[in-house]
Order: sequence, then C-alpha cells, then structure tokens
Amino acid sequence: MSLSKARPALLLVLFLVAALFPLVFSNPAITTVAVFTLIYAASGVAWNIFSGYTGYIALGHAAFFGTGCYVIALMCEHWNTPAGYEPFLFVPVAGLVAAVLAIPVGAIALRTRRHTFVVITIAIFFIFQLMAFNLSGITNGSSGMSLPLLLWSGDFFNIPFYYASFILLLLALGAAWWIRNSKYGLTLLAIRDDEDRARGLGVKTAMMKLSAFVLSAFFVGMAGAIWAYFMQNFFPQFAFDPLFDVSVALMCFMGGLGTLSGPIIGALIVIPAQQYLEIQIGDSPLYLVLYGVLFLAVILLLPQGIVPSLSRWWATRKSRHLEAAAESSEGTPGAQQTVVAESR
Amino acid sequence: MSLIEVHEVSKAYGGIHALDACSITVEKGSITGLIGPNGSGKTTLFNVITGYERVDSGSITFDGKPITNAHPDDVFALGVGRTFQLTRIFPRLTVMENMHVAMQRKGLRALLGRWSSSHEQERARELLNFVGIAHLQDLPAGNLSYGQRKLLEFAFILIADPQVILLDEPAGGINPTLIQQLAGRIKSLNELGLTFLVVEHNMEFVMNLCHKVMVMHRGSRLTEGTPAEVRANPAVLEAYLGE
Repeated sequence: MSLSKARPALLLVLFLVAALFPLVFSNPAITTVAVFTLIYAASGVAWNIFSGYTGYIALGHAAFFGTGCYVIALMCEHWNTPAGYEPFLFVPVAGLVAAVLAIPVGAIALRTRRHTFVVITIAIFFIFQLMAFNLSGITNGSSGMSLPLLLWSGDFFNIPFYYASFILLLLALGAAWWIRNSKYGLTLLAIRDDEDRARGLGVKTAMMKLSAFVLSAFFVGMAGAIWAYFMQNFFPQFAFDPLFDVSVALMCFMGGLGTLSGPIIGALIVIPAQQYLEIQIGDSPLYLVLYGVLFLAVILLLPQGIVPSLSRWWATRKSRHLEAAAESSEGTPGAQQTVVAESR
Repeated sequence: MSLIEVHEVSKAYGGIHALDACSITVEKGSITGLIGPNGSGKTTLFNVITGYERVDSGSITFDGKPITNAHPDDVFALGVGRTFQLTRIFPRLTVMENMHVAMQRKGLRALLGRWSSSHEQERARELLNFVGIAHLQDLPAGNLSYGQRKLLEFAFILIADPQVILLDEPAGGINPTLIQQLAGRIKSLNELGLTFLVVEHNMEFVMNLCHKVMVMHRGSRLTEGTPAEVRANPAVLEAYLGE
C-alpha cells in the first residue's frame, strides 16, 4: 500500500474526527482538555513555521501569546463588548497587534544566532511580562484582567472555543503547508542548513527570517486571545507564562521539528498529559519535573522527533520489501528518497 | 578589460594583517589563478570581495560598480558567485532543492509560489547533468560524497548565471579523475565567456588551467604572470619555502 495515495482519505478522516469530536464526547471535562490541546497545537504549528523551518529556537513567543490576551481583554473593556460571540471578532486584531510588536522584537533578536538568540528571546519575553505587571494603568497590574462573563451552560460552554481554536489550527496548518511548498519556505530551510551559504546565493536572509518570525507571532497572538476569553480572566504571570514556551518547544521537538504534523502530534501527547497530571497532583508544580524528564527522554531517545523517526522506519521497511521483491535492485538510494518525501 | 578590481585593500584581525594594501585585477573572460603559502590572505581576499568580511581600507569594484563592503546577497545578485574552501551545501535539503535555493525570485507572489516551477526545474536538471550528478537529484545533499558536494556547489552557483566565479580550492580532497572533469567543465564554461578566479594548492591544476597566475604573500600580491613566468620566478619559491 502506498502511503501517499491513502493520504487524502486519511486526512479527511482525521478532519471529520476532529470536527465531530465535541459532539460525540460532550463531557465538559474532556472538551476542556481538547480546547487547551487545540490552542497549543495551533501555537505549536505557528511556532514551527519560524523555529522549525529556520532552525532559530525562539523561547519568547509567550510574549505574543500574552499580548493576544491583553489585546482582547482591553478591547472588550474599552468597547463594553457584551459576552457572547462578539469578542471572537477581536481575535484577528489581537494577532495583528502581536505581529506588529514582533517586528521590532524580531529585528533586534535576529541580529544574533544560535544560543544567543535563544537567550535574547527569553529576555525580551521577561520584559513583556514585567511591563504587564508594572504598566498598571493599562494592564491592571498584578490583579490581571477579566473578559465579558459568559453565561453559557456548562454543556455548551466549550463548544464555541473548540471550533474557534480548531479554525485557528487549520489556518496555521494551511499557512505552514503552503510555506513548506513555496520558494519562500525553501529559503527558510536553506537558512536552517547554512545561513551564510544562503546569503552567498542571493537570499535576503534578514527579511526572510523576520517575516517568518512575525507570521508565527500573528498566529500565537490569536491563540492567546482565544485562551484568554476561554479562561474568562487571567493574571499577568499566566498570560505571559514561560511554561508556554517550554510546552510548545517540547511538543515540537517531540513530534518533529520542522514537520507539518509534528507539533500537532506533540500537542496531543503533551497537553492532555499535563492537564491530567494537574488534576491528579493538584496545582503543585511537580508536573514541571515530569516535563524535564520528558524533554530529556525525547532528546535522548527520539532526537529527530516522532514523525521523522516513524517515516524513516516506514521507509526502511518499505525498501526491505522492495529489495525482497527485486533482489538485484539497488535499494538504498530509494530508501533515502522516501525519507525525504515522507517526513513532511 | 578588468572585471574585478581590488585596490589597496587592507584587513587586519587584531595584530595580524591578513590583507595588507592588496591590489589585484581580474580580466574579463580569463581564468586567473591565485596561489600562495598558507595564511597569505587568499581566502580573506575572497571573503572581502564577496561581502563576507568588511575591509578596513581600500576599495573593490566589480564591472565598474563599487562593491566595497556590500552584502553577500547583493554581490551575488550582481553576478559574483563563489564556492567555499570547505564545501558548503544545504545538507538536509535534497540535491534538487539545493539547486532551487540559488534561483532567486523577485516579488511576494513569486516567493509564495511553489519552488518547483517547470522552467526552473528544467534549468536545474540541465546543470546537474552538466556536472554529472543528475541521478542523485532526490537524495538529501548530506548523503553525497565530498567530491559530489563540490560538484553540487559548483552547479548551484552556475544556476544564477554569474559573470565571474570565485573557486576556493576546487580540487582539494577529490580524486584525480574528478579533478580532470572539473578542469574540463571550467574550461568549457570559460569558452562561453565566464570568468574564473581560482585559489588552489594543486600546482598542476593551476598551471594547466590558468591564463594568468597571481602569487599572494603576507597579505599582498607578490608577483603575477603566465604560469611559466611564475614558475621561473625565484621570489615565488622563496615565499613558499622561506629564506
């Protein structure tokens, strides 16, 4: 059986499962976990457009997530928006504001590379968090902000958030897929492999990196806005949460950095596990220790991530079949070809 | 007519003068060799011409246009391609994808289009055929041997139709047959009008290929001439072997 032929059908099934999920499993405890998973999956896919494709590991995207939270909260407050579906209209605006803020942030951070870049993004994130605490005239300081109080019934409450974050995930995924097949995306991957060589081939690397950074911030800002409305109120340390970046990076490394499905698979594992542990051991930060263990396990056992490892396994299996079928064939180049083809 | 003109360029790293008021010219349509002992500034010269390093003083022009301290991407866009001493390709992209990186497009719509457009694909395949690695086009470039990587790097430089190519030790670390092939490719491209500036330690390669040879010593040009003249010059031997 060829995987590429079965792919459209498989994708359709997955789409239907995801679209019908909250109608089948209507238990609010389950749909709550599903909403968190979708918000993080969308964030992961967006983060991956920048960090996965260019190889620049950004650990400050929580700055844009938090920006999204504050933008939607401030807009609702300013216009006295009634609770209901209207606040969802502010979600794209929250993304735009996050993207605009990402321009100077990216322009500064992207002057550096590798470890320095990681540290700079973390530092910039903490500046955002500090501002949320200290600009109390705008942000309400440490008492946080509230959004319009929703009076939806417990059974229904999660449904709009499920579909809002599902649409966001599909949009982010569409962007990631489009970019992966475009000249632009190829350029980003070239930057990942050897930035200076790419510059020597006429690639405007600074512009390419910055635009990918801004695009990923746009989606992450929207994810933050949905999350904030879902939570109904938030404190600055949870809107601007360093754990956001740890989770997103863990998801993407686990699923497969730079792959399309990797961040989603990572989110499906990491976020429900985290939610489960929080319920089981309460709010104690013990699950952080488990995060650490998980991170180490991924780096040690699956440094490539689940998706690339699986596709490599699939390719070697397939090439063994081919070799068995035609014993004289020179199977190895074919095997490597499929690795490349399948790990997208 | 000179294509590249380097005028009195200096570049120091701390107290070390990698280039010391170095002046060279590369004639249009020539294959110019650049030789000299290790540390004489050959690679630094390549780096300042192609924009990877900034000069401390002096000026560089390409085809009459100033390119002193220009960015590497702009220098390439003007028509100056280069290879690296330690071959640099994109190891996790396929050979074909490597070729497409060098094929730049202008404008947002073109950038967001699929990278594998048909006429670009044809051109890429043509050049892979020219260097003889077309059968490897779907392999990750990281799987290629060192010699094949050199050929790939050479091929993707060619894709943008440069006017001059700077080759940094093209024959280093590859087998004699491949060296012969490479020399043949360089000669046939030169006949089509392409200019080459070649840094190389393999003297046989340089002497057979180049019209003119320049000798670098301690960051500046020691002498230049035809291969035969340079070979006969006692100062060159002295530079290599010491006094």
